[in-house]
Amino acid sequence: MTTDELIIATCLKAGKIMVENGSEISRVDDTMIRIAQNAGVVQANTYVTITGVMMSIQGRNATQIASVTKRTIDLEKVSQVNQLSREFADQRIDLPTLHARLGQLDQASRSFPLWLQLVGAALVSGPLMIMFRQETVNTWPTVVIGTLGYLVFYLLNRYLKIKFLSELVAALLIGFSAEWAYQVGWGTNINDIIIGSLMPLVPGVPLTNAVRDILAGNFVSGPARAVEALISAAALGFGIAVVITIF
Amino acid sequence: MGVIGQLILAYLAVLGFGLIINIPRHALNVAGWIGTITWASYLIMQAADGGVVLGSFIGSVGIGVLSNLAAHYKKMPSIIFNIPSLVSFVPGSQAYQMVRNFALGKYDQAVGFMLQVVVITGAIALGFLVAELLNQLIAFCLQQWQKLRSS
Repeated sequence: MTTDELIIATCLKAGKIMVENGSEISRVDDTMIRIAQNAGVVQANTYVTITGVMMSIQGRNATQIASVTKRTIDLEKVSQVNQLSREFADQRIDLPTLHARLGQLDQASRSFPLWLQLVGAALVSGPLMIMFRQETVNTWPTVVIGTLGYLVFYLLNRYLKIKFLSELVAALLIGFSAEWAYQVGWGTNINDIIIGSLMPLVPGVPLTNAVRDILAGNFVSGPARAVEALISAAALGFGIAVVITIF
Repeated sequence: MGVIGQLILAYLAVLGFGLIINIPRHALNVAGWIGTITWASYLIMQAADGGVVLGSFIGSVGIGVLSNLAAHYKKMPSIIFNIPSLVSFVPGSQAYQMVRNFALGKYDQAVGFMLQVVVITGAIALGFLVAELLNQLIAFCLQQWQKLRSS
């Protein structure tokens, strides 16, 4: 591999990892340009969207495209790429090492274990229900149903790989469980239970990134992310609406 | 439901959302504190009859500025701090009421809740914009100060 090719491959890999794991576009752009400059390229051009990353070196015969087909949320990886880029800028690692480390990072999964994510879901659903509704009677049903809903979403998303469908099923399950908890007298207010239990599934990352991308002037990726957030919200809303209509 | 209780709950909720979206371990605590501080400012706005919209605006400005400072301090991207701390400001209750009233066919109430959701989301987005402005101002002031100190 020539140096030009290696520079482009490294930048594309960094950009691809960042887009895949939920970074905003301007940061990806910035990181890629910075890696290229620290590798000795005077002028590099990047074009980053949420479905693909392109890069060329001005005046030389080198342009490459990396497509982004899967998108998950793993901000740890975004932070790691950032860290590696900083180390490269400080000349603590050289370009081949950076490329190799990015490859390792892409393979490795340093996610929190499932049980900790479930604890997270419990922590989101219970406290937010109390904060929004100012009551504590329905805390336990909310915590249990919220955790269950997130577990179903996680498992379906892992094996089905269609995010919107997983959200729809999770919302249906949350709705029916809340209705059940109300029927057997465990909870007193079905609305509060549903509001709290849905909170772990809120599309926070696409929504925040949509706003940030649009504010930064990325009018291709910002609205695309907004649509993603909107479809997620619609899937959740539709699941709940079905339950409300039935009962 | 005391104020202290609300703040503890805000911290826990931000921590929980941080676990779900997998932010780095040593960023969890800082993100939790940002969530707590901004929720306190929201509560102060509520106590001063500022309403939900103004409270959300102030909260999101606070989140934008504090996350940027935390990002500089911890040397991490600022989205790691501002996505989890925003979770308590999501208009989840209003969004649910909107869906519920649409499903029940009460369109006049549903539209009312929809407007609330739109206005609150807009306030949060506007808050980010103002925070971006403040961040650039802070960076500029720091730069000038360092220039003065070194000269």
